Amino acid sequence: MIMSGLESPWLLPYSFAFLIGLSMLLYAILDGYDLGVGILSQSVGQEDRDRMIASIGPFWDANETWLVLGVGLLLVAFPVAHGIVLGALYLPVSLMMLALVFRGVAFDFRKKAEPRFRPLWDRVFWMSSVVVALTQGYMLGRFVMGFEKGLYPQAFAVSFGMLVVAGYVLMGSTWLILKTEGDLQKRAICWARFAIWVMVIGAILSSMAAVLTDTRIYDRMLAFPELTLLIVMPVVSVILTLLMHFLCGVLPLPDDKLAWMPFAIAVCIFVLGFVGLVYSFYPFIIPGQLQIVDAAAAPASLMVILVGAVIVLPFLIGYTLVAYHVFRGKARDLSYD
Amino acid sequence: MDAFLLSRLQFAANISFHILFPTITIALGWVLLFFKLQYRRSGDAKWMDLYFFFTKIFALTFSLGVVTGVTMSFQFGTNWPGYMNTVGNIAGPLLAYEVLTAFFLEATFLGIMLFAFRRVPSWLHTLATFLVAAGTTLSAFWILALNSWMQTPAGFEMIDGVAHATNWLEIVFTPSMPYRLFHTLLGSGLTVAFLMAGLLAYRWLRGDRGTDVKSGLAVSLVLAAVLAPVQAVVGDLHGINTRDYQPAKLAAMEAHWDSGHGAPLVLFALPDGKERRNRMEISVPKLGSLIVTRDPNGFIRGLNEFEGFHPPVAPVFWSFRVMVGLGTLMILVAFTGVGLLWKRKLLPVWFLRVLMLMMFSGWVATLAGWYVTEIGRQPWLVQGVLLTRDAVADLPPAHVGLTLTAYLVTYALLLAAYLGSLFYLARRAGEDVRKGEAVS
Repeated sequence: MIMSGLESPWLLPYSFAFLIGLSMLLYAILDGYDLGVGILSQSVGQEDRDRMIASIGPFWDANETWLVLGVGLLLVAFPVAHGIVLGALYLPVSLMMLALVFRGVAFDFRKKAEPRFRPLWDRVFWMSSVVVALTQGYMLGRFVMGFEKGLYPQAFAVSFGMLVVAGYVLMGSTWLILKTEGDLQKRAICWARFAIWVMVIGAILSSMAAVLTDTRIYDRMLAFPELTLLIVMPVVSVILTLLMHFLCGVLPLPDDKLAWMPFAIAVCIFVLGFVGLVYSFYPFIIPGQLQIVDAAAAPASLMVILVGAVIVLPFLIGYTLVAYHVFRGKARDLSYD
Repeated sequence: MDAFLLSRLQFAANISFHILFPTITIALGWVLLFFKLQYRRSGDAKWMDLYFFFTKIFALTFSLGVVTGVTMSFQFGTNWPGYMNTVGNIAGPLLAYEVLTAFFLEATFLGIMLFAFRRVPSWLHTLATFLVAAGTTLSAFWILALNSWMQTPAGFEMIDGVAHATNWLEIVFTPSMPYRLFHTLLGSGLTVAFLMAGLLAYRWLRGDRGTDVKSGLAVSLVLAAVLAPVQAVVGDLHGINTRDYQPAKLAAMEAHWDSGHGAPLVLFALPDGKERRNRMEISVPKLGSLIVTRDPNGFIRGLNEFEGFHPPVAPVFWSFRVMVGLGTLMILVAFTGVGLLWKRKLLPVWFLRVLMLMMFSGWVATLAGWYVTEIGRQPWLVQGVLLTRDAVADLPPAHVGLTLTAYLVTYALLLAAYLGSLFYLARRAGEDVRKGEAVS
């Protein structure tokens, strides 16, 4: 089986491109909701903040691991692409790293440091969540533009940063609709309704900007027959947006019916956005520079990892589901004993 | 300063700060499992008091370990692209297996271990504790496999300047791997034993004298007394292994410049790299050969055989002495502690103060040990395969200087916050107990 894999030159690169894409999408959705909760955490009082952070406490660490896996697989499978990406983004990557450091420890320090430092760690938690989202969106924007230099690509990247902030706020607020109740849930519904429109407007503007300024994306998006297929995506997005808008108008329903639905819609929107984004530069791994098939590492080592990944992933998904099952239902106070 | 030196400093700062936390969580996970099992066996609440107290410390330490580990792994790409370009086919799978088999496991079950004591059946909570401990150990296994491969590479061939795997068993179990793995795991155990002893001594001295504190002190002293002598033996074997596979490193550890028979053991010296000799040397004749070759007239290779390709001598020589000195001190303190417990049942105040002084001895010894092995490998990044200077990224020095400064400031802040929180948690544990007494 290992030998036959070596013979088809496209199997390994595309398997790994798929795994990396999947990790990044899962990361954006999963860490997206806990980063979103972090971004919203300074908009409420102490008690609600505790409840909000309790809703993500058992999950955030594993969520963040998808980023480690995605970037790690990129490093292993496409070392050249990894070098280009991280070399071009040295300062924003370092800034994101520092923000991730502060965010990760703020979770613990806000409860375990002396009480007089607690407001400080709360602010650190909020601030670092914002910086992580902004830098990730900024880097994604630079990546989509093929790391071009100049004012326009920079402005595009910055606006993409804000788009990602809005996207994470959407994930976070819909997560809170699912995991909280009472006044906090009502506030989360308002946040979700606001975030979805910010996100839609931002997405339309940045798509137009990308299509109109980048001839490569233009050709790709507006060519027949793909156009007919691609027209479906914005249409579905608009339907989902309207659905979310009206849903937020009627929630919360008695018995907390449909409280899961905003989160599900937000996930669908993320998946659609992700597919659209990938389609805009596929089959390149670095837009305009490097194709997936040209960038892969030695096949023998990749096969070793792929076999491991195929064996481990079902277990990983299994125990992740166990964890979500254990902490199902509305978030309660987190305590060790 | 050039980007090479700055990148090295940055990586040294990152890896030094990072190791402080895993070296605690690796062994503390197993100690927590021990507390949980003791509780299940005896039903005595003191074990759960210990479990909950050290769980808080575990959680805090774990999160610091995670975030500093992520920053470290990103630097392979940002600052050292030559590393993955040359040996990525070996390092890649080992790192990927660490993420796949260990990271998700520990991250997911940590949530259940920390927050689900009342939500899940007791066996599942115990299982989660076990899986977290197993995950941290598995993580150490993969990382030490990779580090050992960099020290004593095997199971590969070079094709056009790039390493390709030929035998994965040989890659994972290189000649130095078993020694480094056990040496590191035992080091983690000792770090935890003295950290626990120090924290509990602090609680005791503050008047917090419950049965949990007393039993915790006994557990940590017995643990230290069992592990410290074993560590001395494993460390000695590790040194013999270094003699065979990395003679330049061993020569630097011992500050031997000239090859020869019947080498002395240099106790104290100021190694001078420019003049290539020791100043103010105090040594015991023949003892060096006796320890390293088990023969007073045995042959030891000196640094001059490796001129241009051996590490800077002074930092390796001194780090080694710090590590061995602390190891010896640990044996002494642990044996004294167990002896005192045996005879007097209660530990005297002077000894509790000694334990507080020894609280972070494991950290210092761990850092010193890693400096021996990592500086000792220089100028190689991968021994005999890749020079450190050939792997560095061509970054603007100002950018690296900026990030290095940011990291150093961050680490200083976090270390202060971490230490402050350790003592705060210890004080609060005592206050909770006293409040409980007042109510009941």
